[in-house]
Amino acid sequence: MSKEISLNAKYVSSENVVARDVQGELIIIPITSGVGVQEDEIFTMNETGRAIWDKLDGKRPLKNVIEDLSAEFEGKFEDIQKDVLGITNELLKKKMIVEA
Amino acid sequence: MQSQSYIIEKPINKSDLWRDKKPLLDHLDIELTERCNNNCIHCCINIPANDMDAKQKELSTEEVKKILLEAISLGCISVRFTGGEPLLREDFEELYIFARKSGLRVLIFTNATLITPYLAELFSKIPPLVKIGITVYGMKESSYEAVTRVPGSFKAFRNGVGLLLEKKVPFTVRGALLPQNIDEMDELENWASTIPWMEGSFSEYVMFFKLRSGRKDDIKNESIKGLRLKPEEGSRILSRGNDYVEGMKEFCHQFMRPLGDKLFLCGARCKGCVDAYGYFKLCLSLRDPACMHSLKKSSLKDGLINFLPKLYKIQAVNPEYLRRCARCFLKVFCEQCPANSWAEHGTLDTPVEYFCDITHAQARFLGLVREREKAWEVRQWKTRLGKFLKGGIYE
Repeated sequence: MSKEISLNAKYVSSENVVARDVQGELIIIPITSGVGVQEDEIFTMNETGRAIWDKLDGKRPLKNVIEDLSAEFEGKFEDIQKDVLGITNELLKKKMIVEA
Repeated sequence: MQSQSYIIEKPINKSDLWRDKKPLLDHLDIELTERCNNNCIHCCINIPANDMDAKQKELSTEEVKKILLEAISLGCISVRFTGGEPLLREDFEELYIFARKSGLRVLIFTNATLITPYLAELFSKIPPLVKIGITVYGMKESSYEAVTRVPGSFKAFRNGVGLLLEKKVPFTVRGALLPQNIDEMDELENWASTIPWMEGSFSEYVMFFKLRSGRKDDIKNESIKGLRLKPEEGSRILSRGNDYVEGMKEFCHQFMRPLGDKLFLCGARCKGCVDAYGYFKLCLSLRDPACMHSLKKSSLKDGLINFLPKLYKIQAVNPEYLRRCARCFLKVFCEQCPANSWAEHGTLDTPVEYFCDITHAQARFLGLVREREKAWEVRQWKTRLGKFLKGGIYE
């Protein structure tokens, strides 16, 4: 778990990327340099990542995101929290989200 | 919910992003202008940069944006800005930023002469996500400008390339091979191998020149014909690479066979092109008015769903095409196509002798046909192909 992430913080997609839904697939296209490693790289997400990304709307704190996901999906609360913190950490490192 | 890697990084050119659910359109070519600041002797499209009539007919900024937005709504994720010289457009920067911020990857085809420090900085901060494609016309001022016919263009080209290198903006180069620069191939290839994004290899030459788009200029067309490489020489250059034969084996194994009387075979599904004046078509080279669909009167979606399928159904009626091209097992690596047929002859289905000769020269090199033999006369083409795939050179 990253020390930077607070469960009370709200996160939203950054201006460094554009997220698009194409044929049901979420694709994240870097806008500014430094998001991807390669110059021709774009990103997609697995099912878990997609479910979490959709809730990072800048309006609800992470703890609410976790609660919402716990209500929607089967699984231990701790596992869901671990997933949410994991992806938030990854998205922050890639500059794909910012704190709202 | 499950724990695993959440974000999947995809170098998209190598990816299976769409798997079995491709969007209606995944790539769009837009020719932003037919105008060019160079005046290359071999070019099929360059209208003078100051041609105000052409400029006024071009799509407006808002019209291009509208097309981009519709393309995005249809699933498009990449666009190519080409020309002419696309950087000539005064709104190039605006269109580029609009496309990128709308979530498109942008491929730019340019001669690099109009790249400014500002543009290089822009491409550095907002990367195109596709390597910029630059055409090179010579490695010396004298040869370069003998092709471009614009004094100062060589210096401008080197300056543009230098700016991209300085800002680490990825680009690749390809050479236009002409009598004026053919002696500089080694120099070009050595230089290209120093460009970080070429990955040490260089193999792309433009050398089998197309005639003028729109069939508008007989004098220039005769001049272009005079610049075309002899088929045997072109074949020799194509086959210089160490992996040429192996690459051709793989290609032939997958695709080689007679393709019948259907004319539009290029397989560019999920792709489309828009010319400088707002006509949607299957490829930018295709200038037959009957094969163009106005986006000022209709939509991209209509073009993709209702117009293009009609093209795919068109069959050849020219007896020569049916006797030769329709039965030719080399058709898949021949540049004979409706666009080139129309540019040369004004019809979609007339064999173009030059491209036929090039294809046969390649096939002779590979041992697929004998001297003076025509591929459409080879009935046992599968046997020939089999021998080629197994051993290499036939006989």
